[in-house]
Amino acid sequence: MDLIQALAIIGGLGLLFGGLLAVAAQRFAVEEDPRVETICDLLPNANCGACGWPGCISFAENVVCGEAPVDGCIPAGKETINSICELLGLESVASEERRVAVVYCIGTPDVAPDRFEYHGVKDCNAAQKMSGGFKACQYGCLGLDTCVEVCPFEAIHPGSQGIPIVDEEKCTGCGICVKACPRDIIQIEKADRGGKYVPCNSKDRGKTTRQVCEVGCIGDKACVKACPQDAIVVEENLAYIDSDKCDDCGECVKVCKRGIIRDVGKVYVS
Amino acid sequence: MDLLPIIFVAILANNIVLMQFLGICPYMGVTQRVETSLGMGMGVIFVMTLAAVISWLIFYGILEPLNLHYLRTISFILVISSLVQLVEIVLKKTNPTLFRALGIYLPLMTTNCAILGVAILNIDQGHNIIQTIVYAIAAAIGFTIAVVVMAGIRERMELVSMSSFLRGASVTLVTAGILSLAFMGFAGMVTL
Repeated sequence: MDLIQALAIIGGLGLLFGGLLAVAAQRFAVEEDPRVETICDLLPNANCGACGWPGCISFAENVVCGEAPVDGCIPAGKETINSICELLGLESVASEERRVAVVYCIGTPDVAPDRFEYHGVKDCNAAQKMSGGFKACQYGCLGLDTCVEVCPFEAIHPGSQGIPIVDEEKCTGCGICVKACPRDIIQIEKADRGGKYVPCNSKDRGKTTRQVCEVGCIGDKACVKACPQDAIVVEENLAYIDSDKCDDCGECVKVCKRGIIRDVGKVYVS
Repeated sequence: MDLLPIIFVAILANNIVLMQFLGICPYMGVTQRVETSLGMGMGVIFVMTLAAVISWLIFYGILEPLNLHYLRTISFILVISSLVQLVEIVLKKTNPTLFRALGIYLPLMTTNCAILGVAILNIDQGHNIIQTIVYAIAAAIGFTIAVVVMAGIRERMELVSMSSFLRGASVTLVTAGILSLAFMGFAGMVTL
């Protein structure tokens, strides 16, 4: 008897409140701009926050009322932005080419050893706060997969040797991983770049880099002299290759003592 | 029971956040800026009063006569969550300015244990309807004071140079503890 009474009371209250809410929703319905929903459907709906608004719906609302730039959504491709422009009757603003995240480190534990054993939280930011990170190279990838965790598109996979691998097909270049990485190892690059690149982030002097990593760039400028295209510059003891100038001749690879000049797009650390 | 002691106890001596440790989540979550904490405080005053009154009516109108005291918690949760939704729907239509000002804090209120806590405390302490209203408003003011004070401290702490191991969550929790200790000074000043 008690049970039935209890059921009736709670069920009744639930029904009453549900009914009240339903009536209220009908009577106080607010008509919303249908374009908001349409734009929201067009967006990637990853709610990554790269645009600066909390979530895709909020971004769509702000686009409709003109607060947000139409091309504010970084993960959205050219086509998406074009169709949003079309919907709003704006001229197409999408011009930017596709960009992807690139990991500038190949210092796996066998070539770049640790300074001490770390048994803490599996998070790069936490590990970085612990005496500045356990890796001997203070610029190298800690390999605790914080970038893998934060990627809203599942475009970064944990490598078996620690260094994460970016799936350039899935990567939208939103830059969430760039912000998450405590050592600024990930950078956003053009997706259709070619030629060679230097997958190293070490701004240490050559001597220090030699001590902590077998492959790290020592900035000895041998490649700079060898490059017939003048595509390589060394800044802060680290070589950069301008992908626009590089014609993939391979002269730099021959003179590099560290073997750190690699082909773009190939995966070196699985 | 006089109303004045109730007000004093609810705001200071038994501050809902700092002495009873209810509503800690918004206490940590919305105290980044004084402005947002004030918004949350206003929302809590509004919802807490309504929720306390309606749950008091439900308890003494339905549950008490039928001797179904054990349904108190679940029915109060039901009341609070539907009430918040209702307020949200009505506000969106009738007062968009206030709706926008309260913003995200209104839905957050659904799961704010301080609201449920005050509704239940009212029953536990045997308040009548007038005392319930007064207690709810006073407790909500106490909540507002706690979050605004905390937000003020945190805003200043942002500018202070501080060891990196303390910065962020750790120093916030330490501050909350010290603030709670300070409010202990009021304990025992009034006995109900």
